[in-house]
Amino acid sequence: MQKLFLKKGVSRKSAYNLRNPKDDKFERHTLAILVDNESGVLARVIGLFSGRGYNIDSLTVAEVDHTGNLSRITIVTSGTPSVIEQIKAQLERMIPVHDVHDLTTEGASVERELALFKVFAKGEKRVESLRLADVFRAKVVDSTLVSFTFELTGTPEKIDAFADLMVPLGLKEIARTGVAALSRG
Amino acid sequence: MLLYKKTLKYKLGIDMNNIMSGAQIVVEALLEQKVDTVFGYPGGAVLPIYDEIFKQSKIKHVLVRHEQGAIHAAEGYSRSTGKPGVALVTSGPGATNSVTGLTDALMDSIPIIVLTGQVPTFMIGNDAFQEADTVGITRPCTKHNWLVKDTNILGKIIHEAFYVSTNGRPGPVLVDIPKDVQFATGSYLKKKDFSPKRYKPKTVPNSDLILKAVKAFENSKNPIIYSGGGVVNSGDNASKLLRELVNESNFPITSTLMGLGCYPASKKNWMGMLGMHGTYEANMAMHDCDFMFCIGARFDDRITGKTDEFSPNSTKVHIDIDPSSINKNILVDIGIVGDIKTTLQTFLKLWRKRGSKSSINKSWWKKIDDWREINCLKYNKSKSAIKPQYAIQRLEELTKNADRYVTTEVGQHQMWAAQFMGFEEPKRWMTSGGLGTMGYGFPASIGVQLAHPKSLVINVAGEASWLMNMQELGTAVQYNLPVKQFILNNERLGMVRQWQELLHGGRYSHSWSDALPDFVKLAEAYGIKGICCDDPNKLDDAIKEMIDYNGPVIFDCLVEKHENCFPMIPSGKAHNEMILNANEPEQEIGKSGAVLV
Repeated sequence: MQKLFLKKGVSRKSAYNLRNPKDDKFERHTLAILVDNESGVLARVIGLFSGRGYNIDSLTVAEVDHTGNLSRITIVTSGTPSVIEQIKAQLERMIPVHDVHDLTTEGASVERELALFKVFAKGEKRVESLRLADVFRAKVVDSTLVSFTFELTGTPEKIDAFADLMVPLGLKEIARTGVAALSRG
Repeated sequence: MLLYKKTLKYKLGIDMNNIMSGAQIVVEALLEQKVDTVFGYPGGAVLPIYDEIFKQSKIKHVLVRHEQGAIHAAEGYSRSTGKPGVALVTSGPGATNSVTGLTDALMDSIPIIVLTGQVPTFMIGNDAFQEADTVGITRPCTKHNWLVKDTNILGKIIHEAFYVSTNGRPGPVLVDIPKDVQFATGSYLKKKDFSPKRYKPKTVPNSDLILKAVKAFENSKNPIIYSGGGVVNSGDNASKLLRELVNESNFPITSTLMGLGCYPASKKNWMGMLGMHGTYEANMAMHDCDFMFCIGARFDDRITGKTDEFSPNSTKVHIDIDPSSINKNILVDIGIVGDIKTTLQTFLKLWRKRGSKSSINKSWWKKIDDWREINCLKYNKSKSAIKPQYAIQRLEELTKNADRYVTTEVGQHQMWAAQFMGFEEPKRWMTSGGLGTMGYGFPASIGVQLAHPKSLVINVAGEASWLMNMQELGTAVQYNLPVKQFILNNERLGMVRQWQELLHGGRYSHSWSDALPDFVKLAEAYGIKGICCDDPNKLDDAIKEMIDYNGPVIFDCLVEKHENCFPMIPSGKAHNEMILNANEPEQEIGKSGAVLV
């Protein structure tokens, strides 16, 4: 993999470029954080969230640049605009954090999540689950005579919708990866 | 062989010419960082480093009596010199004992480097003897910390630790070094070969924002400058620039507890400290101003009081090196991220170029003078008992012309010291502001005295705080440090008692001690001087005796027991709702106020 040439800096956007700081409406933001892939870095990031009382709705992390030794953490968080700005400022001042991107405010972005569903069903319900999986473009990754395991990729909303449909059909287990997101273009 | 060495050096960054043991690397790196004093306490996991310290004479090791004392002493050393303080402690309990000091340094942005020993790498996770997850425990109370698992990167990490600690917003860092890494040999990276790769905090401010700030500054009619500890941290030049700014603009200035001394207390523009126990004039001016210039302070809750009613009609400009401090508690109109010195330089240059304009109202100073007339620090004098305020006033009077450094513990005495002592220079006043650590002052005074052996170092203390780290008497005696422990003894936890009186119906739940030592005998037990005084008429002579004595002194000043510290902004109230003195009709502190600290 190629090394991503990323500079650390806090000048690009700071807490003083607030959108509407006095707004106390809760907003959902997706943050992409590039960090050094070193021991304890995830603990630092989630420790910041728990220590300061911020929300984590979803979190994914994996190494994305082996040569540059970088990992990408995608966090979906919610809070008032000033809390979101605080979260970003607090993240940016951590030593192993290279870059913080607020994908919600920095133009359009795509978000995807992967989920696995295990559905136990017989007869008509079994057929129906397969039909719905087809509609949602879910793949069957495992099947027995009494169960299917579906793999579905999409926005968190799509996954929610599919899960809602599967519950009456015999959904027994679900595993979700959390959101991975990239800005467009 | 030569080729092999070159390959190692350029491909792996390992320099075969600088091969030494991990323990040697530690000492070598400290020497290269110009460390002259290390505060520490030995133990099993740091023995190799202590062995190397034994073999050299350039670094002075100061043996404290408890690891918390080592950290506070390093803080005192750092605050009074502007250089980072260094502490060396062992694994497990040594590391956990340093947590309070680390948190204190984090809250007050003090650069200290703490080196801890750790059990050998192959035993980590086995619940080994004196093992603790040091980096895990100290992660939220350091600016950054490292567990070093390879001797070859130890040198680099120590240099990085110094760099991270002292650059940007300063703070404590910790390097955890397993014992096998101290024994193993590896290559040492010299300081000149170290270059910071990732941490590059922004220090140069945005000039457009400064121009905006200058314009607001020029147009302000009722301005106030509110400075803080950031000015001290930014170096002596920052204080110099702040003085130029105040003198040339004739703006009134107040400061937080942390920033005392950056502007001389003897000058007429000085309004005294602001905040919960700040002066009436400073708080009223904060509330009524139309322009607030916050320089290196962070709108702490002790400063703002009720945030909804904080300075409602002002344009606020905030300079801070830490972007997360801006808009955290109070939303400001212009937030400038940058080093104070650099920012003030640019600001002054721009303002002067535009003609040093100012449109300050004469009536503003008149208003301030009217507030000053109230004389908010007055108290009822007594002929029979020593009033704590009187004791501090006399101490101030008798020592203010000396080459003096003052540390404090935490509580009423701390606030009285801040109110009644005047500081003309930065780095002369060391107190635990953010964390409010009782037991801070005594070890801090030891650190200060070591950095300034010839100066007069006084720790203004309360007996309860002082007892929290009294074990450091041993350190003071061992190194013959003539620190003066000026204890205002009211046999109470004064500030707790005051809050219980004001907020909890006078139910003094566990806020006094029934078993206080005889401080004079305690001093004598350590072979130092003890002085006890309970008569206001003899106080001056007793203080002089303390100053003149060449050696450590415990001064037991028996003061009025139920004195309250005023003025006070009750919690949950705004700046213009101060209680001035005990004689005022009792104010209702609502339930919402009582839940605040």
